[in-house]
Amino acid sequence: MKKTYKIEVDCANCANKMEEVINKTKGVKNASVNFMTQKLTIYFDDNVDIDSLINDIRDKCQKIDDDCDILI
Amino acid sequence: MLELITKTLLGAIFISSLTFYTLSNKNKFEMTNKQKQVLLRVLASSFIVFLLEFFNADSFNKINDYISYPIGRWIRLVFYLIAYFVIGHDVLKKAFRGLRNKQVFDENFLMALATIGAFSLAIYKNSEYLEAIAVMLFYQIGELFQSYAVGKSRKSISNLMNIRPDYANIEVDGKIEQVSPDEVEKGSLIIVKPGEKVPIDGIVLAGASSLDTKAITGESLPKNIGVNDEITSGSINLTGLLKIKTTKGFEESTVSKILDLVENASSRKSKSEQFISKFASVYTPIVCYLALALAILPPFVRIIFMNLSGEWGTWFYRALTFLVISCPCALVVSIPLSFFAGLGGASKEGILIKGSNFLEALSKTACVVFDKTGTLTQGVFKVKEVHHNNIEQEKLIEYAAIAESASLHPISNSLKEAHGKEIDSSRVEDIKELTGNGITAKIDGKNVAVGNDKLMKLLGIDSILCHSLGTIIHMAIDGVYAGHIVISDIVKSSSKDSIKALRDFGIDKIVMLSGDGKSIADSVSESIGIKETYAELLPQDKVSKVEELLQSMPAKSKLVFVGDGINDAPVLTRADIGIAMGCIGSDAAIEAADVVLLDDDPIKISKAIKISKKCLNIVYQNIFFSIGIKILCLILGALGIASMWTAIFADVGVMILAVLNGIRAMYV
Repeated sequence: MKKTYKIEVDCANCANKMEEVINKTKGVKNASVNFMTQKLTIYFDDNVDIDSLINDIRDKCQKIDDDCDILI
Repeated sequence: MLELITKTLLGAIFISSLTFYTLSNKNKFEMTNKQKQVLLRVLASSFIVFLLEFFNADSFNKINDYISYPIGRWIRLVFYLIAYFVIGHDVLKKAFRGLRNKQVFDENFLMALATIGAFSLAIYKNSEYLEAIAVMLFYQIGELFQSYAVGKSRKSISNLMNIRPDYANIEVDGKIEQVSPDEVEKGSLIIVKPGEKVPIDGIVLAGASSLDTKAITGESLPKNIGVNDEITSGSINLTGLLKIKTTKGFEESTVSKILDLVENASSRKSKSEQFISKFASVYTPIVCYLALALAILPPFVRIIFMNLSGEWGTWFYRALTFLVISCPCALVVSIPLSFFAGLGGASKEGILIKGSNFLEALSKTACVVFDKTGTLTQGVFKVKEVHHNNIEQEKLIEYAAIAESASLHPISNSLKEAHGKEIDSSRVEDIKELTGNGITAKIDGKNVAVGNDKLMKLLGIDSILCHSLGTIIHMAIDGVYAGHIVISDIVKSSSKDSIKALRDFGIDKIVMLSGDGKSIADSVSESIGIKETYAELLPQDKVSKVEELLQSMPAKSKLVFVGDGINDAPVLTRADIGIAMGCIGSDAAIEAADVVLLDDDPIKISKAIKISKKCLNIVYQNIFFSIGIKILCLILGALGIASMWTAIFADVGVMILAVLNGIRAMYV
């Protein structure tokens, strides 16, 4: 299941960190953060509750930096 | 002297931030609210510090005399602290939060540690507080500039690729209304005014106009269209009002497909990008441990082995300088930016590259394999010559076209095209198709036979063999041989130059594959300068040929396959980089290809390689330049030559240069 989200992230290194954190999240097959187009693409595992998972992911990203946000 | 410089610098910061702030309020600069806020804080903080620099420590000490209590230096400290909090409170907050979330090696934490350290050192020694604030000030200005420059270039590159239609006009109760394109259903009627983008693919119901299709096909000449013409989304209506019946939904329309391809492009990361993010993740911790070592080891060595004083303060300061330049952000931002600019520049040329990884790989191209039909040749058959005709050439073609009028074969189409006039079907009767051989028919009362030499043999007519290459159509009228027509595919005008351009890049291995006969393939490859040709290949033979070529390639160099995308999807996938031509509308080709050329021009292949080489050059420059300067700063800092804020000055400077250098990749 592939989903694309619009994100807000100010610094390129934070974008890298976001990608790392999201990729380590359970239920995520592969994630890619595109700093330039401010887009996040996630391939979820099958049978996961995407809505709650993406909220978790958003919380995790905001812990990296206040300025990181996923627009859900 | 130094004091004068500091004052001038502070004054300059104050005045320039004031100017920028007023300009941004007058909308001369597009700034986000956040950027404006930072600018305002830079303004306030630099103003306070600027004033404080005129009232030096002595003037505050005079307060002591008035109230006979040594409070002056503390009042001064409070003022400096105010300036410090104004500029740095968010960094401190983020650092604290990072600490709580166990994100220790984070730039905010490092900046907070370095400036608080510098402040404490200054309080302890009762010396100047300026440095801590200056470091924070420069850091914030650097961040501000980075965010502005990156945002700005991101926007200008995105604009290059922006072909997304914002709305579609539909007619509701006689009035024109604007709706979002994805709300329009297939088969609806939409209206496109002059100057507007065509939002959805469709057929013209009413109106005539000329279209600018540059964004979609790369073709710069406007295309004239009228009723019943098909129209692709993304092109711009130049002159007349058009009523269009949509034949697709927005999601399936050409423009959506291209957008999808372009927007996802930089998500496929190149090796350089992966390298730099890996580098960044080890760089910061290493620098932090080095800083720790720098603060502790030298004093210990001095005390224990050299019998000297520890000079803890000096080494602590040097360690802090280390921390200030430990943020890898400047380094990290310039690499994806360069790739993004390269992708943007390519798409401006009508070259859609599916990912930074392919942009990177293109620069290592060592072998280019072409499919002949539709790539080097136009893939359309045209009447080339007429030989041994005993009647007028036009008449012969006319008879052939009439005889073939019922057929839809590409050969018949080319005959009809060469004839160029409406065909009066009442002149023809008794059409017989002899499968694989040709057609016989009665035209204007004459028995006309059109077909290959087998047909002539079948009819007992002696045909004259032809020395030209291509498909030979023999003709006989009333049992008498009337001559033959040569039909062949036409080599694209730019094919020869494209091959030459590739050779100029040092790509010597250029191979042509073709399903056609050897003589045809050889004549094409000879005329455009390809030395290695393989003919009479079935689609699966092409795959094995490419695999064979891949085997013989030196390590790390890449093989490019160029096809028309119609039946060579397996080969496109198998090659290191698959380039498909003019295949918008063919989903399979877009899926299989890594690079899509919007116009069918093969010269764009060398252009793509050129863009790739330039982009990679810039990336390497940025990598070596920024890492080099960082290391230089670290060494100078460790030796005590660079002070904390010269270090940050160098750091910000490198970032700005790297970003500006990266944007260069856009211009080809």
